[in-house]
Amino acid sequence: MNDAPLLAIRDVSRSFGGIEVLHGVDFDLRPGEVHALIGENGAGKSTTMKILGGYLPPSSGTVELDGSTVSFSASDEAEAAGVVMIHQEFNLTEQLTVEENVFLGRELTKGLFLDKTTMRARTREWLERLDCHLDPTLRVSQISVSDKQMVEIAKALGRNARVLIMDEPTAVLTRRETDILLDLIARLRDEGTAILYTSHKLDEIARIADRVTVLRDGSVVMAQEAEGLTEDDMARAMVGREMSDLYPDKAPEPSGETVLDVQGLSVPGHVRDASFTLRRGEVLAFAGLVGAGRTELMEGVVGLREATGSVHVGERKLPPNNVAAARSAGLVYLTEDRKGRGLLLNKNLAENLTLLALNRFSGVTIDKRAEDEALTDAISRYDIRAGDRGMLAGQLSGGNQQKLLLAKTMLAEPDIVIIDEPTRGIDIGTKQQIYGIIQRLAAEGKAVIVVSSEMAEVIGLAHRVVVMAQGRIAGELTGDDIGDEPIVRLAMGLDAKEAAA
Amino acid sequence: MSAADTTTQTGGGRRLDFHVLGPVLALIALIVLGTLINTNFLSPGNITNVLARSAFIGIIAVGMTFVITAGGLDLSVGSMAAFIAGLMIIVMNATMSVMGVGLMTVIVGILTALVAGLAAGAINGLLITRGRIEAFIVTLGTMGIYRSLVTWLADGGTLSLDFDLRTFYGPVYYGGILGVTWPIIVFALVAIVGEIAMRQTAFGRHCAAIGSNDQVARYSAVHVDRVRTATYVLLGLLVGVATIMYVPRLGSASSSTGLLWELEAIAAVIIGGTVLKGGFGRVWGTVIGVLILSLIGNILNLTDVVSPYLNGAIQGVIIILAVVMQRGTNVSR
Repeated sequence: MNDAPLLAIRDVSRSFGGIEVLHGVDFDLRPGEVHALIGENGAGKSTTMKILGGYLPPSSGTVELDGSTVSFSASDEAEAAGVVMIHQEFNLTEQLTVEENVFLGRELTKGLFLDKTTMRARTREWLERLDCHLDPTLRVSQISVSDKQMVEIAKALGRNARVLIMDEPTAVLTRRETDILLDLIARLRDEGTAILYTSHKLDEIARIADRVTVLRDGSVVMAQEAEGLTEDDMARAMVGREMSDLYPDKAPEPSGETVLDVQGLSVPGHVRDASFTLRRGEVLAFAGLVGAGRTELMEGVVGLREATGSVHVGERKLPPNNVAAARSAGLVYLTEDRKGRGLLLNKNLAENLTLLALNRFSGVTIDKRAEDEALTDAISRYDIRAGDRGMLAGQLSGGNQQKLLLAKTMLAEPDIVIIDEPTRGIDIGTKQQIYGIIQRLAAEGKAVIVVSSEMAEVIGLAHRVVVMAQGRIAGELTGDDIGDEPIVRLAMGLDAKEAAA
Repeated sequence: MSAADTTTQTGGGRRLDFHVLGPVLALIALIVLGTLINTNFLSPGNITNVLARSAFIGIIAVGMTFVITAGGLDLSVGSMAAFIAGLMIIVMNATMSVMGVGLMTVIVGILTALVAGLAAGAINGLLITRGRIEAFIVTLGTMGIYRSLVTWLADGGTLSLDFDLRTFYGPVYYGGILGVTWPIIVFALVAIVGEIAMRQTAFGRHCAAIGSNDQVARYSAVHVDRVRTATYVLLGLLVGVATIMYVPRLGSASSSTGLLWELEAIAAVIIGGTVLKGGFGRVWGTVIGVLILSLIGNILNLTDVVSPYLNGAIQGVIIILAVVMQRGTNVSR
């Protein structure tokens, strides 16, 4: 193993809109080594990778390639230098063939025409190196997800990657496909490639990594050789932050009455056999990794997705795949995707506010005065800061959009509210307001489900926590058992109890 | 960030006003131009003529406004009108041989047109929503089917309403109240009800929401498929109504009946300020769009400065200009 780093960042900080998200991070990649970068959501992994891959410049600090400072102005400059990043979402054109994708933008030509024979041969050669016997003439839309991952890597090989940055490459892969990929990474390492690897699955890290760096809240909290490091050590390093007083006092313990009973719910491809109940006045959190199936489960519960299994609201069984029926039973879902699914960005505030509960405002025609009063009410009740009542929803800041979305949802007067990622991408002050609103809802006797990837939020708000992992409910925690470590352990597919012990 | 927001906001506001006023100004300019060119332009006879000719396209265009607002499109309306006209004539001629020339026969004809329109609209709507086929493809297909069916029914020639029946049915096109003919009255009623439905009812609001972002609509418990289908059914029904007004005018139907009506209807909707991609619709704008298109033809007929054969070219320029203006507002958003 060569000890001189190939690519490194030194004392790098990065700010977005005045908020520093990376604080003086050091990180390096050496040839023939797999360096794992791990941390919770929002710890700064993506930002670090983007700076290494030339997608983002650092606000301060330096990027060094072969020991000398460089500043990539765009990712293609980094690629030219042999630094290739493979994104979590594939960068492939579905309608082109494998070989066309591999050579996209740097096609080989013979005179005026494409040199298809050579391109095909090279593509096949690179795929063979990956032990992947895929026909280069297939369209990308026809091949499996794991094969797409292989094509991405073949593309990187074709660019003579000396440094390969992989952002959660196994998130979309099955166990078996993961095994193939990990073998491949080991082979690339043996050939001298420097590899940055991220994953939420700690067993993979333990298996493949030579070195591990743990980020927490934008700082490096651990950087050491992987040898002798256990999965528990990594999990402990990832969490272990102090709780702030962001959170209101929890609502009183809920009464015994069950208002929502979900049994054996499966959403094809996402969730298998999930059962849970919810009581009046309760805040129930759903924790887990991104992609664990929490959103899909909730969408299945309210009828936004095809699902099998039974959902009872009180005594009433909900018909499947019928959002309107769920709403009239008093069950509503507030989406995590407020721009794509929550609000009509090019419509005004009132039209957005009343869309879910429009039946309450219209007989034959819509009562626009009542609509206007509802807006006045929502603006004061949820503290929506809109410069002008006539402005479009898309012109509000993220936090105010979230409050408008909450107001819209609550206007339907639900008894049960499912809130997916209530505070994603909003500032701390608004977060606190939203936590207050959630606590108030529970205290008023409504039942609330909070789906959240923020550990502190889950712990700070919930009476009870259900943890999901890979499409299943991995476990449930109540009272004093609710804590960072047991949640992380369950989410990683480990047993919660060992951690407590 | 907030500074940039305010600028776009005020900029958007100002342009939006122009966007609202644009079609109205264009209509006024055309009326002034027409008056200057020919003194007969404002005569009751000419006005009635222009309005009556606008009525068929106008009634259809009101329905088209809802379809486009909800993010759809219907290319089949012209062929559909021809097919319904042919069907109506055949049914009425057949009924007449049993019931004779009379009100019952006309009522049977009218019911035929309404039911056929409803059914044709439902077929389009269900293929698009349940069949999950793009609106452009479905209606391109049905456009060819209906056009071919009417040609087949007429055996390549013309289907004619029996002469006595035509005389009896004629007042539906030529008659009226206080000199205002029935097609104009029906067009006005359809436009008024349409405007109210678009602006003041949950249905209109849902159409705009679906056209704006159908995911948001779905997540807001709007019955997206049901509302979408309803817009096509409504349009089919209005095509039926337009055909009821149209048949007594000539008393015949052939393969060239209703030719290019779909394009005129779509053009009127777009000129009126409805967004082609959906999300925002304006029925009164559509009415103005229809009037603009008819006035261009009328003015060209009244003057010999420009050949009436250039009618299509001028209409084309107007359509493109209308869309350019629309883009101006969208960019500022």
